[in-house]
Amino acid sequence: MEQKMEKVVPPQSKPDYETIAASPEFKSLVRKKNKFLLPVTIFFLLFYFTLPLLTSFSTVLNKPAIGDISWVWIFAFAQFIMTWTLCTLYVKKANEFDEEADLILNDQKMSKGRGRL
Amino acid sequence: MSILGLFFFVAIVGLTLYVTYLASKRTNSASEFYTAGGGLTGWQNGIAIAGDYLSAASFLGIAGAIALNGFDGFFYSIGYLVAYLVVLYIVAEPLRNLGKYTLADMITARFNQQKIRGAAAVSTLTIVLFYMIAQLVGAGALIQLLLGIDYWVAVLLVGVMMTTYVLWGGMAATSWVQIIKAVLLMIGTIIISFLVLLKFDFNILKMFSDMKTITPAGDDYLNPGVKYKNGIDTMSMMIALVFGTAGLPHILMRFFTVKDAKTARSSVVYATWIVGAFYILTIFLGFGAAAFVGSEDITAANAAGNMAAPLLAQALGGDLLMSFVSAVAFATILAVVAGLVLSGASAFAHDIYGQIIKKGNVTEKEQMKAARWASIGVSVFSIILALGAQSMNVAFLVSLAFCIAASANLPVIVYTIYWKRFNTTGALSAMITGLVTALVLVALSPNIWSPEGTAILTGTALFPLTNPAIISVPAGFLAGYIGSVVSAKADERKYAEVAVKANTGLK
Repeated sequence: MEQKMEKVVPPQSKPDYETIAASPEFKSLVRKKNKFLLPVTIFFLLFYFTLPLLTSFSTVLNKPAIGDISWVWIFAFAQFIMTWTLCTLYVKKANEFDEEADLILNDQKMSKGRGRL
Repeated sequence: MSILGLFFFVAIVGLTLYVTYLASKRTNSASEFYTAGGGLTGWQNGIAIAGDYLSAASFLGIAGAIALNGFDGFFYSIGYLVAYLVVLYIVAEPLRNLGKYTLADMITARFNQQKIRGAAAVSTLTIVLFYMIAQLVGAGALIQLLLGIDYWVAVLLVGVMMTTYVLWGGMAATSWVQIIKAVLLMIGTIIISFLVLLKFDFNILKMFSDMKTITPAGDDYLNPGVKYKNGIDTMSMMIALVFGTAGLPHILMRFFTVKDAKTARSSVVYATWIVGAFYILTIFLGFGAAAFVGSEDITAANAAGNMAAPLLAQALGGDLLMSFVSAVAFATILAVVAGLVLSGASAFAHDIYGQIIKKGNVTEKEQMKAARWASIGVSVFSIILALGAQSMNVAFLVSLAFCIAASANLPVIVYTIYWKRFNTTGALSAMITGLVTALVLVALSPNIWSPEGTAILTGTALFPLTNPAIISVPAGFLAGYIGSVVSAKADERKYAEVAVKANTGLK
């Protein structure tokens, strides 16, 4: 494997991506990421499309909520709150993922000795 | 134009030219030209993204849409903002880790084939042209109104300015023009919103109550349905808005201006806060214009409502505020078109010339030369198109650009990063199907065809929706899926490389 890579890129060896991709550390990182990203993405898309669905095919949101402010405005503001909240949540989670990614990168550096990063 | 107005215009032109002059000294390599050397910080790039994104369609268009259509106008604000979650959660970091200058770089990181690069460059150029014509036509009409100069002079003025920034200052100048514009736009919007709130005694409840009686729509003004009566069409538009941003070339390009994925992430976060705050304030712009200018005067100045914000500034703050807001609108347009020129030029000079025609064998000097000529080419071409497109509806052109971005680019981006089985055939079918479906359906839509002759051509529209995203986005994803499963297996080694790079930033 190693030699094959060397042949393709003579001056500098590429990192062995397949070995990293198959390593338990990397697999666990990807699994953790997907476990977070997928449900949250599905949630915010559902939350988002519920608004035009309700306004297009029903009038439930036209009822007043606070004074003359109807539910449709409350739901619309909720979209903003949701965006900012999930944005903050993402950064928090991503920082955790960064730590694991850094460990993988360090392992890579150590095992290669001469590897470039 | 008043002396005051002239002063603001000259100040903005002078400041941006000075920034361009400073940037020109260091713009001496392709990497500097396309990405400012990847040296922007998170907050700088965050503000620049906001400056790149908040186009005249956002500032003038949404203010007018809310003023005339109440809640229905606010749909845009919601869609344009939530779109940032798609960018942050799905696209930003892998894109930064895999790409170099363009979207095509990222896709070819997995499928190193010229036809893939070619298809990505074509879809980039198509989106850039539609978006650019929209901005230039809007700019021409606006500056014509604000300054009282001819449409063609206005388009040329904007055209010359954008070419100047890009040609001499590249991405560094463009970024700083966008940063200056974003700051000015926020200041202008906050001042107007404050004055509107002052008029309503800082009582939001009172504002909503008053809005029920002020506009011709009456009670309905605060409810959805004033403008959008076809539910499927509304859904379709919302699909284009939320998925389009993550496929817009000039936004994607901004992620290459920072050093790593972590900085890309923090810039999206800054952008999301700024953009979100701005879109909340569009309510005050819209309500204020409806209440203190009135829909009659707004539509008298511009049928689509584009003059609502400047007119509101006039009503609340007199000539001083009106002049300032007009100058801000001008800066807004400049910042967006400069970003568009740059992304169009990168697709042309880097992808088509450098990688496809020259097969990557180009010196630094040749790359710079190609980039500059491509910038001139993209500018001249879009100026000519804009001069002939004066009567086109700006909002329609922008929504079309979003629709193509969502249909042709997003499926490929998502599959490239996340789907192991995806292959060359899938990538090509997704891009071509998304692009062609969007274009053909629009060509058959009520935007082009109207029986009464109110659209471009007279006749019955074969496709009933004004926005085709509800068909074309799934079509792009489906074509990518089918193309992949019916053809040879993907190169798993290559996917391992892409997955490792995307998730760790390993080079």
